[in-house]
This record gives sequence, C-alpha cells and structure tokens, in this order.
Amino acid sequence: MNSKNFQTPMKKVRGLGSAKSGTGHHIRQRVSAIALIFLLPWLLYSLVSLIGVGYEGALLWVGQIQNATLLILAVTAACYHMRLGMAVVIEDYIQKSSTRHALLILNTFVVVAVFVVATLSVVKIWISA
Amino acid sequence: MTEKNLNDPRPLSPHLQLWRFHATMVASITHRFTGVGLYLGIIGIAGWLLALVIGQDIFNCVSDLANSLAGQVILFLFSIAAWFHFANGIRHLLWDGPSIGFTPRIASLVSVFNFAFAIIASIALWAIVRWLGG
Repeated sequence: MNSKNFQTPMKKVRGLGSAKSGTGHHIRQRVSAIALIFLLPWLLYSLVSLIGVGYEGALLWVGQIQNATLLILAVTAACYHMRLGMAVVIEDYIQKSSTRHALLILNTFVVVAVFVVATLSVVKIWISA
Repeated sequence: MTEKNLNDPRPLSPHLQLWRFHATMVASITHRFTGVGLYLGIIGIAGWLLALVIGQDIFNCVSDLANSLAGQVILFLFSIAAWFHFANGIRHLLWDGPSIGFTPRIASLVSVFNFAFAIIASIALWAIVRWLGG
C-alpha cells in the first residue's frame, strides 16, 4: 500500500468482493442435481420408449398419474438446474455488462416459459385423460 | 458500483487457451457443453408436450420430425449428452460432498470412465427399450 492510499485492505475487498449470493447458488445447483439423479434415468427411458407410439399412445402415457407426476417433477428440477447452469455460462463468457445482464434476464424468462408450458400441458392432458 | 466495475477488464473464467489438453479438462468442457445441449433438449420436450395439447395435426408434424433419421440421431446424441452430464455430475457431487476423487490419476480415470459410460449407457438404454418393446 502506498502512502497516499489510506484505504484498509478490508475496505478494498468490500468494494470489489462477491455479491454474497454464491453459496446459495452452489447449494441449489447441487440439491436439484441430487433430484435429477433419480429423475433423469426415468425421463430418458420414457423418451426412448415413446418413439413411435403415436398421438393416442402419447396422450395415454402422459395421462397416467405416475407419469404425469414424474414428468412435472423432472421438468421442475431440470428447469431449476438449467437456469442456474446457464447463468454461470453467461457470467463466465459474456464480458460486456449490458449484454450479460440482458442474457441473464432472457435465460430466466426462457426457463420460466418452458416450465409453464411443460407443466400446464401435462396437467391439461392428465385432467382430460 | 462504479462505472469501472460494470465492464470488468479481468480475464474471463475458463481460460481455454491456457489449459494443456488432458482428460479432466475435456470432461469439464464437455460437462458445460452437454449442459447447454440438455437445456435445448428440455425446450424440445416442452415443445413436444405443447404439440400434444394443441392437437393431432401439430403432434404428427413434431412426431414425424422426431421419428425421422435426423430426429433419431438427435435423440441418441441427447441421451449421450444426458448420461455424460449425469455421470460427470455425480463426480462433481462426490468432489463437493465427501471430497473424494481429487488426485490427478483418479480424476483422469473418472473422466475417461464418464465418456465411456455415456456411450455405453446410451446404447444399453436403446437396446433395452427395443428388447422390452419388441
């Protein structure tokens, strides 16, 4: 530290430190990951099984309560997990502040849209089944 | 926050050109790459469900696309990406939780294993579905 600068090291750190929300992000990413350990194998097996079942077969499958439940759980955990993951990718690679923040907001909007579309679709099919 | 901080001049995070090519580094990049791919895949699944709600005509278009050769290849790549992200994600949880697998030898071995697992699990999944479905 030179003689003209009377800022303490603590003051410097406070000015440029973290946003203090990193731990929450870290924990949420891992908790949703643990949920997906169970949901992803089921989702993959189901997707591959659904190849070629046709319109009626797909409606019948989504309309079953256990499939509807697991689909909503999988989509919810996946949306939660992928919003956090994509946010880190954006924060790491987009240096321009305005672009970065615009993309972070877009990421949230896209994920919420995917979540609403997927879950409402499942609920509607299940109710009409 | 001052104007200076808004456009941070510090280097960007995973500094690709600085890393020597090794298994753990490739696994890390692939984890990210497959994560972005799965993001697009979930958008596709939401689209498939929406088509199912809208009606038979739209659903048949989506279904034809998914059942085409290109669609099947994309779905197979999706399953490889998902199994890789799955295996490598468990490795991340083992790093973060019980803190195991950090030695370079183990970390490299697990990285290679994750790539092999992704391919073998995908082939096994498709084989099992075909076998059970007849």
